[in-house]
Amino acid sequence: MAKITYREALNQAMCQEMERDDRVFLMGEEVAQYNGAYKVSQGMLDKFGPRRVIDTPITELGFAGLGVGAAMAGLRPVIEFMTWNFAILAADQIVNAAAKMKYMTGGQYDCPMVFRGAGGAAARVSSQHSQAFENWYANIPGLKVVMPSNPADAKGLLAASIRDNDTVIFIENEINYGDVGEVPEGEYIIPLGKAEIKRVGKDITLIAHSRMTGYALMAAEELAKMGIDAEVVDPRTIRPLDEATILASVAKTNRAVVIEEGWRFAGIGAEISARIMEKAFDDLDAPVVRVTGKDVPMPYAANLERHALPSVAEIVEAARVTCNRA
Amino acid sequence: MKKEPLAFLVVESQAHRHSSHPSLGIGDVMTTKKSTDKNQDKQAGITQEGRFYSADRLHAMHDMMLFIRRFEEKAGQMYGLKKIGGFCHLCNGQEAVCVGMEEASEPTDYMMTSYRDHGHILARGSDATAIMAELLGRAGGIVGGKGGSMHMFDVTKNFAGGNGIVGEQVPIGIGFAFASQYRDDKRVSITIMGDGGVNQGAVYESFNMAALWKLPVVFVIENNQYAMGTSLSRASAETHLYKRGISFKVPGIQVDGMDVLEVERKMAEAIEHARSGQGPIIVEMMTYRYRGHSMSDPATYRTRDEVDEWRTGRDPIARLQLQMIAAGLATEEEFKQKDKDIKKEVNDVAKAAEAQPEPDLSVMWDDILNDEIPNAYPYPRQVG
Ligand SMILES: Cc1ncc(C[n+]2csc(CCOP(=O)(O)OP(=O)(O)O)c2C)c(N)n1
Ligand SMILES: [Mg+2]
Repeated sequence: MAKITYREALNQAMCQEMERDDRVFLMGEEVAQYNGAYKVSQGMLDKFGPRRVIDTPITELGFAGLGVGAAMAGLRPVIEFMTWNFAILAADQIVNAAAKMKYMTGGQYDCPMVFRGAGGAAARVSSQHSQAFENWYANIPGLKVVMPSNPADAKGLLAASIRDNDTVIFIENEINYGDVGEVPEGEYIIPLGKAEIKRVGKDITLIAHSRMTGYALMAAEELAKMGIDAEVVDPRTIRPLDEATILASVAKTNRAVVIEEGWRFAGIGAEISARIMEKAFDDLDAPVVRVTGKDVPMPYAANLERHALPSVAEIVEAARVTCNRA
Repeated sequence: MKKEPLAFLVVESQAHRHSSHPSLGIGDVMTTKKSTDKNQDKQAGITQEGRFYSADRLHAMHDMMLFIRRFEEKAGQMYGLKKIGGFCHLCNGQEAVCVGMEEASEPTDYMMTSYRDHGHILARGSDATAIMAELLGRAGGIVGGKGGSMHMFDVTKNFAGGNGIVGEQVPIGIGFAFASQYRDDKRVSITIMGDGGVNQGAVYESFNMAALWKLPVVFVIENNQYAMGTSLSRASAETHLYKRGISFKVPGIQVDGMDVLEVERKMAEAIEHARSGQGPIIVEMMTYRYRGHSMSDPATYRTRDEVDEWRTGRDPIARLQLQMIAAGLATEEEFKQKDKDIKKEVNDVAKAAEAQPEPDLSVMWDDILNDEIPNAYPYPRQVG
């Protein structure tokens, strides 16, 4: 296995799928000549040419809709949003068109496509550029929501998302783009809807996705020093959720902390903890606790930003308190 | 005949001087110095296209442009030192647009723009220390350290940002114009967007509504030729952006955005058009950003020659200096001294801003709602 970055892994997945399927194309702002605002599509214009790697004007609603139409007409668009903050302009096409198309046409039309780009908080970019929207899309029947937390998952999950016959919301993380990890060479697919246990433990289950998976793993190391053996579960696909893996872990540890970078109210943690309560109430020795971003728009100042985001220390503290409860 | 290169005063510190660049014609410059007048300097000035600019006013415009230039350079330095974080978009090269536009407007007129906002808010007269403090994320920042480079706002100056989503301020701008029309208070909304932003769908919805209801708005397109790494012609089928309003019956004019006097003059006409009830108008400012899109952009998508042509051939500050010298309103020496003074002023601003503390942590919870509802979840100012 080669060690490559998260961004290179995404690039490999797209190249792999474009090589095997001519219907797949990449479209978005700065994806071609500039090689991607975050260099995810580095070299793809050279490799595939302007027919398949296409720069757009700054018109999110328009090119998202173009993607929907192209998918309905039989192509396999990969539509890149420079970040998910800008996809809000395209929400109509994603939510009202792509997500509903199969249903409201009685199955006549499909929308097999991927909307992808950077989500979550970036560094010091204030309120409009640091937001987690996975819960918005995860609320919508007709969509699948996928969020990789490391380079290998980035490759395997993106390839699976492109092959998937439905609309996939693929949310990357800007801060993770430079992360390096071992990634299988050649064709590599991770089935959607499968969580992964990133660390095996017996005392408490930490459930975290995207960048927070790394935080949970760091917290687990801290907890180990205190004699608490944490298991870390990364759902990887947010919708549909592999609750069997989560519930099996909780059945073993009897305690859970759910971590997400986004806001607490109606967040992903709310859904996961509700499922644990509904399905594993008798397994629990303590209430499920959530660690989330603070309920504020992201501030710019370095100290305020640090304060607004979840921290490893907060995860450690939540786990410690949960473990100390009878 | 070969003329002096324009940037002989090297106002752009990274400028490469090319003696092959022709200087801009200054044939339209005419001194109006009345040699008989006792108080000569007060009466001195330049008349361009029939519009008189007094020496004082010219100096003020020049000083503000130079201040913006040096302020941006300082911001770039501070970014390099990691004192400023995130996205930081400088406006070097575009100073004439900021200053000329401000000169043509009334303080009561509304103005809003994108994230490339430092120059506009400085020209508007907001406190430079508060702006630098914002860049540094300090307590005395113009929005308390919450917004940073992209979100400069000053309600006391009728400056409504500082908007980070491309195109977002355009419908907001017609909202301000609507309020003005509604109250009949004759304020004009100066709504600024980029050559990339002009392609957003909401811009055309705005053109249509503004024309339909004759809203007092001037749509300013800062055409600096690029949207990030995308040149105008790679993103726009119609590259004459002032024509973009044709099918909405919004008239448009094109302006040399490197000439502060032309910007002032044409903008004054456009504002008068909007203020007098004739509805919206588009002003396309032909300009150029000398630096990359943001601090992380090496701008390899354009040639050195292209950048040099604008920097040393058309620089707005050098151009005004040349005009003022030709008109006998200042000397090269005076401009050099002024530059030293302004650099010092900017350094003092930076020092004062840096001396400020970071915001108090409790500030994080401020300004989310006006009417907090205390006993309902999510509880105000609380975790969990
Ligand atoms: C809706 C939206 N899409 C994409 C971006 C990312 N982005 C920021 S600036 C920019 C280019 C804008 O260019 P232009 O309108 O010409 O303004 P300039 O930067 O040249 O002042 C892009 C694509 C954004 N902020 N908002
Ligand atoms: Mg531009």
